[in-house]
This record gives sequence, structure tokens and C-alpha cells, in this order.
Amino acid sequence: MKDITLGQYFPGNSVLHKMDPRAKLISAIIYIAVVFTSSSAGALAFLAVATVAIMLISGIPISVYLRGLRPILFILALTAALNLFMTRGETVAFEFWIVKIYVEGINNAILMAVRITTLVLGSCVFLSYTTSPIALTDGLESLLGPLSKLHVPVHDFSMMMTIALRFIPLLIEETDKIMSAQKARGSDFSSGGPVKRVRALLPILIPLFVSSFKRAEELAVAMECRCYRGDVERTHMKVLRYGALDFVVMASLLVLLSAVIAINIFVPIYAF
Amino acid sequence: MSEIKLENVTYTYGAKTPFEKRAVDGISLTFEDGKITGLIGHTGSGKSTLVQMLNGLLKPDSGHIYLGGADIWAEPKKLRLVRFRVGLVMQYPEYQLFDETVRADIAFGPKNMGLSPEEIDERVIESARFAGVDEKLLDKSPFELSGGQKRRAAIAGVMAMRPEALVLDEPAAGLDPAGRDAILSGIRTYSEKTGATVIIVSHSMEDMAVYCDDIAVLADGKLKMKGTREEVFRRRDELLAVGLGVPMITDIACELMTLGVALGGDIYTVGGVADAICDSAAANGGENR
Ligand SMILES: Nc1ncnc2c1ncn2[C@@H]1O[C@H](COP(=O)(O)OP(=O)(O)OP(=O)(O)O)[C@@H](O)[C@H]1O
Ligand SMILES: [Mg+2]
Repeated sequence: MKDITLGQYFPGNSVLHKMDPRAKLISAIIYIAVVFTSSSAGALAFLAVATVAIMLISGIPISVYLRGLRPILFILALTAALNLFMTRGETVAFEFWIVKIYVEGINNAILMAVRITTLVLGSCVFLSYTTSPIALTDGLESLLGPLSKLHVPVHDFSMMMTIALRFIPLLIEETDKIMSAQKARGSDFSSGGPVKRVRALLPILIPLFVSSFKRAEELAVAMECRCYRGDVERTHMKVLRYGALDFVVMASLLVLLSAVIAINIFVPIYAF
Repeated sequence: MSEIKLENVTYTYGAKTPFEKRAVDGISLTFEDGKITGLIGHTGSGKSTLVQMLNGLLKPDSGHIYLGGADIWAEPKKLRLVRFRVGLVMQYPEYQLFDETVRADIAFGPKNMGLSPEEIDERVIESARFAGVDEKLLDKSPFELSGGQKRRAAIAGVMAMRPEALVLDEPAAGLDPAGRDAILSGIRTYSEKTGATVIIVSHSMEDMAVYCDDIAVLADGKLKMKGTREEVFRRRDELLAVGLGVPMITDIACELMTLGVALGGDIYTVGGVADAICDSAAANGGENR
């Protein structure tokens, strides 16, 4: 429970921290487009360098990123392995016994590994490490604002998201506390057969549900007491404003995108 | 033998992140066998962190914890046995209740110990009595109880394991005066009947003065003082310096002493001070009345 750094905000003072959340969302989208268009060796290298640069700009210790990558390590290894062994191509790179590895397989494995890693790191930087959840939902609400003309309840969705995000850390903390309390009474989560293990979870899940419902109810009452309504035009305490910085970052990402496309077209060299 | 001894124990939350926080910093301390020790300290001084290490819920970054002379982390597989011997009631333990009836919930600990049904029944009744849980409540759902009743049920749930050391994190916080006295005297009765070592975390100097033999004071994760309650409360100025105080009655007694009234003996409980004032008055031939 304690190692969840993926999806966490690290307060700081970097350029990225100061950006408007809407600009960060747009930047993240451009960045993701960059990740998916990079397919040649040169483009991937360029992407990797750009990602490292963004990570450095964020001012967050590299160790944090490495820890954030740990949960996806397995998926990463699996994808790379599957690509390496399963891709059928024309040129055999080497073979032993029944395993044949093709050059195309190696290319694919590298491509996927770099894409997944940069995708996770890049979106972490923009959307979670440098942006507080509240700012993120504010930005999302504002970006999706035009949809409310089509009677999509954008504000309500963003309110729900804000509340959900706000409660995740609380829920984790509470799970920790309840687990400790039951362990203190001799609960054992790590031995016995599957049935026994699932049964051992009941003393945690029941109090967790009870308190979550109770908390939801209390929050609803508290909001109603302050006459909260989602369907009226609500204003924000912090009004979002784009600054020069936001345009510079978004423009740089667009340049990155064009550069990657250009490299793909003009220098179509692959891993080998 | 249920003495708990800490040797240079340190614990850090969120090590190597921007949120790093050393909650317990090099504490060496012995909780003596069969005594009731009060653990006091300002908010965030590391009390809850410290008590969670006593039964191995948290593993110290460095240092050792000995229970009856044996290091509890010597065999991590046997930690569960340590948890049966060191019963921990966490802060706000109400949320740990989960079973259909209060009786079943109190029985959760003993059941995990693998005791016989008769033994479990007996322990449930006994611990319900110690913690002041009314027998009529035993067959109700724990979710129907009031806050104070839930607290007692949770404490009974830990006492039912009949631990040789009982650790309670703010057992009386947020209860009415009658409720806190009932819980604290129940804890003392438990200690007297079973000879258990008891550690009580509390913010209330008055309660500490009445119920504890020894007192340990934490400040910013470090041990500031440890001694009998007389020794600790005598160091009033130092306590004030770390944001704590002494029982109000001790404050009054100290003020009286600076006014020249000679008070001897116990100046930590209302009864004690009353006796001391009478003695002093008698010694002066009634002049001070
Ligand atoms: N799960 C946690 N993660 C990170 N930091 C924590 C955690 N629990 C406690 N801390 C920090 O460790 C320090 C000591 O906390 P602890 O809960 O032990 O204090 P306490 O003395 O019990 O306080 P209180 O009287 O308020 O219960 C505090 O500064 C707190 O912010
Ligand atoms: Mg505490």
C-alpha cells in the first residue's frame, strides 16, 4: 500500500508546476501523440531524450520516477518478451533449438518497451506528479465546458471526480489502519488456501465499506447544508488563465511532434 | 516476564521521498513488568508510531525491541504470537468492529489464537466485564452501538486475547468523564488481575496522575523524560517547555507552595492535595485556615 507513487502529486516550484492545468492536459495529449507516432530508431531516441529533459525540468528526483515505474515493470517485460519471440519476420537474427528470433521482433520489442516507458513517465509528469488532482479536474472541467451546451453535466462529473480523487488517499490510509487493527488481533492474510485468504479479507472490507458509506453520507449532508447545487453556473476560487509559459510548452511539444514525424519520414532507420 | 525494552529505536515514514518524516528518533526505554506506564507527548510527537512498533505492526528502521528479553523481530514468522502477547488497541479503535454481533467481534482475537469455544466464551464474558461492555449489548450488532460503547467493545476485543502486555493508544479520548473513568479503571483492574504490563497513551495529565505508576514523555520523536509520575510531574517547567503541562491540581499545589504553604507527599491527585493541605493546616495549629 505504501508504494503507490503512480498517481501522486509532488508539490514543487518548477516550470511544469506553474503551468495552467488545461495547458498541461493539452500538452499531455500532444505528448501521447508523439509517443505513438515515433516509430523509427531516430524518432525513439529523440523521444527518449525529450522525455528525460521533461523529467529533469520537473525537478522531481529521478528515484521517484523509478519507483513509479516499478508497478509496470512486469507488463513491460511481458510485452517486450512477447514481441521478441512472437514476431514473425523475414530476417532471422539468430536461432537456437526451436527459438527463432527475427530482426523485426527485436525492433518491435524495443519499440514497445520505449513507448510504454515514455508513455507512463510522460503522462505521470504532466498529469500527476506536477498537477494536484484538484487542479487537474478544474482543467478538465474547463476544457470540456463547451459540452455542457449539449446538456452533458460536465460540472457534476468533475465534482464526482474531484471527490473520488480526494477520497483515494483517505481510503488507502483507512485500509492501512484497519489492516493494522485486525493484524493486532491476529488476522493472518498471507497463509492458508484461497478460501481462507478471502475470508481473512472480510474483517477489513466490512469496516471499510461501512465507513465509506458513512463518510459519503456525511459529505452529502454537509454539501446540502451549504445549499450546494451542481446545475447552476458556479464560479471558481482560482480562475484559470493561460500564460506565456503555457504557450511556450505547448508549442515546444508541437515542434517535438513535427520533428518526430519528419525523422520517421526522412530517416526511416530501424534498430538494426 | 512481559517487560518491553526498546533499544535505540528509530522509525521514518516515507523514507527517501519529499515527505520523509522521522517520527521516532533513537528511543531507548523500558516498560517495566506489571506496571502501568503513561506515554505522553504533544500531537505528532510519535506516540502512535512508537506503540505500533511494540507488537511488530511497524518495523523499526534501526534498533531492537525486546519482549521478555527476546527480540520480537528475531523470527518474523512468529510475529503473530508476539501480537497475541502484546495486545494493541489502536487510536480510535471503533472502526475495527466488523462481525455480526459484539460477542462474535470480541471473540475474533481468541478465535485467531485457536482456543476452544468454551474458553472463547469465557474470555468474551470476562473481557466484556473488564472493558465495561454491558452483557445486554453482546448480542447486538456492533454498528448499532454508540461511540463510547463501540470503543469499549473494541478494547474488550483486545483484552479477550488476555495479552501479558496491554497497549492502548488514547483509550479515553473523546469520551465523557464517567466513560473515561470506567474504561481506565477497567484497564487497571485488568492489570491487577492478570499482572499485565500496561502502556497507556494519553493527553490527559489528570488521568495519568490517577492511573499510572510511571510516565514517559516524548517530544518530536525523542524521549524527553521517563520516571515515576512523582519524578516526572516535579519537572513542571520542562513539561511546559515541550508544550505539555501537569495536572491542574499540581499547578494549584505549586502555586500554594510559592505562597509559602508547605505541602508534602502526593500533590498529583485532588485527594492527595486535600490531605496535604489538611496536614499542613494541622501542623500550623490551624493558623492557615
Ligand atoms: N502513515 C503516515 N505516513 C506519513 N507520516 C506519518 C504517518 N503517520 C504518522 N506520520 C507522521 O509521523 C509523526 C508522528 O505521528 P504519530 O501518529 O506517531 O503522532 P502521535 O504522537 O500519535 O500524535 P497524536 O497525539 O496526534 O495521535 C507525525 O508528524 C505524523 O505527521
Ligand atoms: Mg496518535
